[in-house]
This record gives sequence, C-alpha cells and structure tokens, in this order.
Amino acid sequence: MLNKNFYLILIISAVFGISFWIGFNVNLLPAEASINAPIYDELFKILFIIGLIIFIGMTIAVIYSLFKFRKRKDQYGDGIALEGNLTLEIVWTIIPSIIVLIIGLYSYNIYDRMGGMKELNHSHEMMTSNTEKIWAGISQASNNEVASNNLSVEVSAMQFAFLFNYPKGEFISGELHVPVDRKVSMKMESKDVIHAFWVPEFRIKQDIIPGQPTILNFTPTKVGKYPIICAELCGPYHGGMRASIIVEEESDYKDWFNKNTKTEVSL
Amino acid sequence: MTISIDPQDSNPKSLQPKGWLRYFSFSLDHKVIGIQYLVCGFLFYLIGGTLASAIRIELASPMSDFMPRDVYNQVLTLHGTIMIFLWIVPVVNGAFGNYLIPFYVGARDMAFPRLNAVAFWLIPPSGLMLVASYFVEGAAQAGWTAYPPLSITTPQSGQIIWIMSVLLLGGSSIFGGINFIATIIKLRRPGLKLMQLPMYCWAMLGTSLLVVLSTPVLAGTLILLSFDIVAHTGFFNPVLGGNVVVYQHLFWFYSHPAVYIMVLPAFGLVSEILPVHSRKPLFGYTTMVFSIMGIVVLGLVVWAHHMFTSGTPPWMRLFFTIATAFIAVPTGIKFFNWVATLWGGKISINSAMLFSCGFIINFVFGGITGVALAQVPFDIHVHDTYFVVAHFHYIVYGGTVFIIFSSIYHWFPKVTGKLMSEKLGILHFAITFIGFNLCFAPQHWLGLNGMPRRVAEYDPQFQFVNQISSLGALLMAISTIPFLVNIFLSIKNGKDSGDNPWNALTPEWLTSSPPPVENWEGEAPLVEEPYGYGKPISQEN
Repeated sequence: MLNKNFYLILIISAVFGISFWIGFNVNLLPAEASINAPIYDELFKILFIIGLIIFIGMTIAVIYSLFKFRKRKDQYGDGIALEGNLTLEIVWTIIPSIIVLIIGLYSYNIYDRMGGMKELNHSHEMMTSNTEKIWAGISQASNNEVASNNLSVEVSAMQFAFLFNYPKGEFISGELHVPVDRKVSMKMESKDVIHAFWVPEFRIKQDIIPGQPTILNFTPTKVGKYPIICAELCGPYHGGMRASIIVEEESDYKDWFNKNTKTEVSL
Repeated sequence: MTISIDPQDSNPKSLQPKGWLRYFSFSLDHKVIGIQYLVCGFLFYLIGGTLASAIRIELASPMSDFMPRDVYNQVLTLHGTIMIFLWIVPVVNGAFGNYLIPFYVGARDMAFPRLNAVAFWLIPPSGLMLVASYFVEGAAQAGWTAYPPLSITTPQSGQIIWIMSVLLLGGSSIFGGINFIATIIKLRRPGLKLMQLPMYCWAMLGTSLLVVLSTPVLAGTLILLSFDIVAHTGFFNPVLGGNVVVYQHLFWFYSHPAVYIMVLPAFGLVSEILPVHSRKPLFGYTTMVFSIMGIVVLGLVVWAHHMFTSGTPPWMRLFFTIATAFIAVPTGIKFFNWVATLWGGKISINSAMLFSCGFIINFVFGGITGVALAQVPFDIHVHDTYFVVAHFHYIVYGGTVFIIFSSIYHWFPKVTGKLMSEKLGILHFAITFIGFNLCFAPQHWLGLNGMPRRVAEYDPQFQFVNQISSLGALLMAISTIPFLVNIFLSIKNGKDSGDNPWNALTPEWLTSSPPPVENWEGEAPLVEEPYGYGKPISQEN
C-alpha cells in the first residue's frame, strides 16, 4: 500500500514538474510591445500551467486505465460493481470550483490592471459630451495621469482599410505612428460593416462598430513596426485588411508629425 | 370529447413499405427515422468536409490563390452552417435520440410519430436549398454567424436562402425537442422511474429543454434580419438607426446553448458506451444527472462571452466570465466520473472504446482552452483568431464527432445484426486521432501569434504551421475511407452479431437485433438497473 502511494505521489510530482517546466520555458506568444503585454503574458503563463497539469493528468489517467484494466484473453465477467463514491465526487466538485473561482478573481485583477474596469465615458477628451454613448473598450486612464499628455487619434475603418485621423495636426494617415511610452487614446468608428482593431504584440483587440464609437487606449513600450489586423469578417478582402503601427522615439514621431502637418494632407 | 380514429390508420406502421424502400418513405417508425437522420447527416458531413478541405487547400499557401475571395467566404459560411445544422445537431439529437429514446423509456415509438417524420423530412430540402444557393447568386458569405451589417450588404439572395434554410432546420430541431421531452416524461413504461433512465435520456431531456427555450430566439432574430434585407427595416441596420450589437446578443442567446445542444447528447452517448465496454456501472449516476441540469441552466446565461470585444460594458464582461468558467465544474465532474468508470473495469479495447477515450482526451483539451477563453483579458487577444477555431473544433469535432463515430461502432450490430471489422475501425480511429490533432493543435499557436480567423490570405511567416494543419486535414479526409469501406463491407458480409454482442444491460439490447417494428415481441422489459455490471443481474446474462 505504501508502495502504491509512493508511485502516485511520484507521478503527481512529475506531472506538476513537467507542467511548470513547459509553462516557464515554452513561449507561445509574440513579442511584448505594450504595457498590456507583460500583464497578459503573466495570466497566460498561469492558465497554461494549470491547463497542462489537468490535461497531462487526465490523459495519463485514461491511458493508464486502458492498459492496466484492459480485458485479458482469459478473463470473463465484469469489473467491480462500483457505482460511485460520494466523498470523491464532492472532492472533485469542490476543488475545480475553487480553481475556477481563483482563476476568475485573478483574471479580474489582470483585467483591472489592463484598465478594463475603468469608466469609459468620462475619461476621454474626444467625447463631445458625457452623454455620448460609448459601448466598450479598454481605458488605461488613471486619475493621476495628465490627460493632455495623451496622444488622441480617431480611427475610422472601412472595407478594407484603416484611416487614422490626428485631430491636433489636422491630417489623416494610413499608417499609425505613435511615440514610445506615451498613452495613445483612440476613438474608433466604422463607416460600413463591423471591423476590429488588433495588434498581436500589444495583446489588445476591440471591434470597430458602425453607429457606435468604441474606445481603445494603450501604451506602446517598444520601438518597432507592428501589424494592425482586422479580426472581424468584413467581406472578401478581410484577410488583406491590414495596416501598420509604427512605434518610434518621441523625436522621430515629432518629425513625422510636423512633416505631415505642414503639407496639410487632408481629405 | 371523443377522438375518432380511422380504423385503417390505427396501425399505420403495417402499411409502411418494407426493406430498403422504407428509408425513402414518410416512415413513422422511430428506428427508420433515426437511420434517415444518420445517413442524411453523414451525406452532409461529406459535403461539409469537402468544403473544409477546400479551406485547408486555400490556406496551404499565404496568398489567396485557390479560389476567388468571395467564394472562399461562401465556402466557410456553408462549411460552418452545414456541419452544425445538418450534421452534428441532427445526428446527435435526431439520429441517436430517435433510435434509442423509445427503447430507453420502454415505448413502442416516439410520442408524436408524424411530427417526428415531418421534423426529419424538413432537413433534406432545407439542406439542398442551402447548398444550391451557391448556384443562384452565390451562397451566403457573412459566416455562419451572419453578423449585420455585413449580412445585409452582401449579395442578398444567398443570405435570404441561408435564413430560410436555417429557419426550417431550427423548426425541425424544435419539433424534435418537443417530441423528446414528451416521450421521456409521458411515455415511460409503467414502473420505470426517472432516476432509473439511462443517462442519454437525461442528456436528451436537458438538450431538448435548451432547444425549446433558445431556438425560437434564433428564429425571431433571423426573421428580423430578413426584414432588414428585403423590406429595408432598420432593426440591425446602423444606417437606419439599428443596433448591430443587439443582433449579436440575440444570435448568441441561441448559438451558445447550441454548443450544449451539440455536446450534451454526446455526453449522454459516451455514458452509455463506457460502462458496457469497461464492464462497470456508470460512476456517480446522480451527480451526472445534476451536472447535466447544471450545464443546461448555466448554458443559458453565458452567451455574451462571444462578445467580449464587441460593445459590452465592463460589469457584463465580468459576469459572463464567472458564469462561463463555472460551466467547467459540472463538465469536469462528468469527465472525472467517466475516468472513474474506466478505473477497475475489464476494458475491451475496441473501436467504440478508443473513439470514446479519444473524445475524453480531446474534449479535456478543448475544455481547458475554453476556461482560458472565458477570461476577458485572455479572450481580448485571441478572440476571432485561429485559437478560437482550434478551441471549438476540439469541442465539436474532437468531442462530438468522435462520439458519433464511437456510437456508430457501438450500435451498428443493433441496427443491422452484423459486426463491424475491428481492424478497420482501429485504423479509422488512429488516422482520425492523429489527423485531427495535427490539423487543430498547431492552430492555437497561429491564433496566439496573429492569424485571424476567416481569412483567405495571411502573413507568410505562418505558412509552415498552416501546411502542417493542412496535412492533418488531409489525414482526416483519408480517414473517411476505412470507415466507409468498413460500413459497406460489414453490411454486406459482416459476421452475425447475435442479439447482444456486448452483453449490455440497457433496454435496447434486450430485444432482437435488428429489432422488430414494435420494438419488443411482447411487453417491454422493466430495466431498473441499466448499469448493473458486476451485479447478479449482469451475471445472469
């Protein structure tokens, strides 16, 4: 009996060990390029490890049962008439409930740190009035931040392109240029069907909806060029509906901004 | 009030055609209708699978080069619609439900045999209409979700035919649901208690409740959508002041429960198969019943987790996260109970058993990614990407379709009186299991790294992984061959199975195989312990 328990403990620790090792050493995610990304990756790592433990554990249990309890050639008759075990069933109701509850609370915390639980209506300077309906988005605004330091961009999406309007420079661009480490605040609206704004390296996504503006705030942290991808089926060229976001140093951004403002590219 | 019965009509089954012809007739026999559902569903599965292959061929290269872009969108729309409404829902509910439920409750037929036949005969014309819409002006191309305004602005005839077809299929599903509820509640053999019913009855009771509660909402929504298209009303058209997010709420109010309409019957079927082949009682019958009902209740209040990136306020996102994640608890109980059913048994390793165990492994994987997807911050990154595609194929293919195959291997002797070839069956399982995992496991990585779903072209950096996925799809297509060969060979030259080749205790095996028209020659037996393996009742056999 002691022997049996010893093997059980050995297997369980092996499952935990392998899961933690994979969770910490296998990276399935793209580069981290915004404040949200490391927060997201922390959640991903935890869910990945818990998931691996459950999956590997269940798979071992099924395969072990198939080998250990397979019917041998000379065997007839039935297995044991075991119809249930209340204690065991209570245990595997309560433990998953606790795990699920902890994951739920933890992801609430993550979501709050991403700015998802902030009020959207009052934090945005581009709102014409407080009564304008804002349906959704992620707002990273915190109270001690100076709102005027934000970069405000108006995004309009149409089949099959994104247009970025810089209200302060009175020009429209097909590429989104933003300075690194500064909060970008976007108000997005669609001209035709539903689109979505997704930057995988930023771990953010928000649908762009016709008739209802949505808000998306983020702070890029790494200089570079990243794809902006439409993630909502929007017609035949949906797969080709992409743009670029260029994160650059403040001075490079200013040069780009001034160059465009002077020539006054506008519709 | 008296009800007059036409004497000729009192036993209509005696007037039905016999032999092969009955499968092409308006038969009222629940067994014939069950087979009609199964064969019809399988033919549509072949069409849907061909469309899936076309998608994987297109995605083997990063450019949109295999078919025109609008045709690609039609193909993915038809693939989704056919697989859901014409294959999985009709087969796990209609086919197995019709064949098994009357046996399980000890009845000679379903409660409403004519309604039953009508429900089936709605399917072939609606399905053919849907497929034929391709030849009109192009099929619908707004995805199986048909989100407006895209569904309003794409070519209209295809979308309208799609709506009519889904409405008819929804009607068929509701007729079936009412029939199952009535049969399980009212047609039980005297003396048979609810808590003695085989688990599939509970699964079908729960599923049918979901069908009856949520399908009418889909029907209403699609009718409003068709008004927007043909009569230029503005329910969901933002140009006329409509609200596109309201459509999504109404659509998912049906379409999330639809996931349970597809998996709960599979949970029921696997609960019948595992005890028989491991020679052990089903572990934890009572908790299984309560967890089915728990899934039914929770399944109705989680729909907005499909909309975390649409317009949903923060509090709503939070509620739907917690509610969705909690579905993992009753679902988890079922999986632990199935593994406990295997534990200590005398397991026959055959095709039915292998497909059921494949189901457990695949579904656990899909369930884990499901709990992750329920978390708003996690979902925001991967929503509408290949991660989601991979997740739901693990649920509906790795889960339900594996159980459909498992059930076919398990009940084939019941229906035909012949045994299937185990060698071909195990080959079928091996190719399907490897092909399925090769096809869908890599798609998780694609989604995490930036490949959105429903695209005909993608970033060239994803080409290699997409080709692995396409190779898996090729294996899945090939796996159909040993299955079909097995079916035809076994019907023609299969070994005689006898009445009860598995020595099972559930009521459908306590009659001849194939069963007589009235199910039992005499009285229906009273089966108080359908899972009494290892007990005296089982030793008698």
